[in-house]
Amino acid sequence: MANITQAYYKMFILDELADKKTAIHRINPIVKIMVTVIYLLMVVSYDKYDIIGLMPLFFYPVIIMSVGDIPFKPMLAGLAIAAPLVAGVGMFNPLLDRNIVSTMFGIGISAGMLSLLALLVKCSLTVLAALLLLATTGMNKIAAALQRLHIPQIFIMQLLLTYRYISVLMGEASRVYYAYNLRAPNQKGISSKIWGSLIGLLLLRTYDRASRLYQAMKLRGFENQFFGGCLDKLQKKDIMYLLGWTGFFIIVRFINIPMLLGVFVTGVIK
Amino acid sequence: MHMADALITPIVGGAMFIASAKVGSHSINQIKSQLDDSKIPLMGVMGAFVFATQMINFSIPGTGSSGHLGGGMLLAAILGSNAGFLAMAAILTIQALFFADGGLLALGCNIFNLGFYTCFIAYPFIYKRILKKGYSTSRIIGASILASIVGLQLGAFSVVVQTMLSGKIELPFTTFLLLMQFIHLAIGIVEGLVTAAVINFLWKARPELIEGSDAAGNTGYSVSFKRILTLLIIATLVIGGIVSLAASGNPDGLEWALFNSLGQEERMQDGGLDQMLAVLQNKLAILPDYSFKSELAAPEQAGTSISGVIGAVITLLFVAGAGVFIKAFNGKAKKDKA
Repeated sequence: MANITQAYYKMFILDELADKKTAIHRINPIVKIMVTVIYLLMVVSYDKYDIIGLMPLFFYPVIIMSVGDIPFKPMLAGLAIAAPLVAGVGMFNPLLDRNIVSTMFGIGISAGMLSLLALLVKCSLTVLAALLLLATTGMNKIAAALQRLHIPQIFIMQLLLTYRYISVLMGEASRVYYAYNLRAPNQKGISSKIWGSLIGLLLLRTYDRASRLYQAMKLRGFENQFFGGCLDKLQKKDIMYLLGWTGFFIIVRFINIPMLLGVFVTGVIK
Repeated sequence: MHMADALITPIVGGAMFIASAKVGSHSINQIKSQLDDSKIPLMGVMGAFVFATQMINFSIPGTGSSGHLGGGMLLAAILGSNAGFLAMAAILTIQALFFADGGLLALGCNIFNLGFYTCFIAYPFIYKRILKKGYSTSRIIGASILASIVGLQLGAFSVVVQTMLSGKIELPFTTFLLLMQFIHLAIGIVEGLVTAAVINFLWKARPELIEGSDAAGNTGYSVSFKRILTLLIIATLVIGGIVSLAASGNPDGLEWALFNSLGQEERMQDGGLDQMLAVLQNKLAILPDYSFKSELAAPEQAGTSISGVIGAVITLLFVAGAGVFIKAFNGKAKKDKA
């Protein structure tokens, strides 16, 4: 249980990284959301065997990570959560699509192996892009950008309250667990008989605490409106950022640069 | 059963996004007038709770795989259809941002798969029907289990359809379908039991918290069958329309037959306009071609040639170089400042 609580606290690391003040962090959140979406669309639009064409798209996460000073470790944790599903579904590709398309060092490479690899590359790229959006923007600014994009207030409120109440819930969970352990010292874990009531109790305690928090907010003038979003106006650098990345994505999408490079290099060697 | 970005095409993702947004705006319009001060924190707490339960994986005996609860039924049972759906949408958005679980493009798919079927089908037509005569422990258990199973089965079916429409995996439709439905039957039973346990406890301890229970007063807004039907039809039209528009870029029956009888390579040898068009289509196609497994000739652009691989390695070296260079530059700038 203590481990679970710790794991949940770890998830806030990404949001904390958003407090940094690098060039990437200063870009307008709306622009960052737009670039992320365009990038995701580009990544998933590649042919299912096209691994080589995808390679230049690695520039995006690597540049954002290095300019934005984002450590790789939390990104890896995100990959570990998202990859198993994709790998699990995709692992059948090599078994079912056995057409040998090439041999390399005497080993036959099947189309299925290629498509599985492409799937995993796409998975890594999309996961990195989503996590980097959060790590360079932060939950509050994303909410502010969503507000500017005319997403309904109720949904934004729900988004932010859910996010805030996760820590309230985890706090209550660790207290309930602690109290249970003190009263039942010689037990291995929690008896399955009381799971239902323990979870129910956890919910009630969290609800009561959340209600008190909410009332305190109301007393201080909260009117179910999110005002955290004072976004700067679009500046030249934001437009440049948007156009620059979009241009790059379009160029690498339609011109297979690695292939040209490869042909050039092998040609020179010959 | 979070759908991942890598498994879908932009068209399928976009269509499901529109469908989910449509259902979401319907929900917002419905609850706008009914939001009171007790419900707002409850929505947040339930959202946080289901978020936490979705992160806990349990192993499914006999299959060697694991699953997690969806939580849609629990949300609907406590918050009602509309607020439950919105809470689910918020949960999945946070997961997509924080863990990239599901992903941003697949968000529409996930909201629909996990939220729509539970909140707008299983809850009103199964759960509420069973509990129409009033709450009792056994009825809550029966309703929760049945509604959870149906909600998850529909969601799992939806995942299979979306994956197949995207055509990125080789698993045959029926095999994938059977696997998914079977695994989600097991998850559905566990989900039903957990949902029943929590609702039973809340019903005994704080009946006023449960949407539509006798003590909750008449705050429950009924979900009309007509509304649901309209929503479903709109979703179908949107998805059907967009997908069929996109699908027309792929080989149709005739092309397919030609493809099979002539084979890719022979057709490509015709050269000239045909080849140019084929190249153009390859560049422009948003939906990747559905695979014609055994008939498929070696994918030209698969880049299995040596030059392709060398090019890819060089590109990656450039990427790594850029990263190292920027890091070093940043480090130096920091030192200079200090």
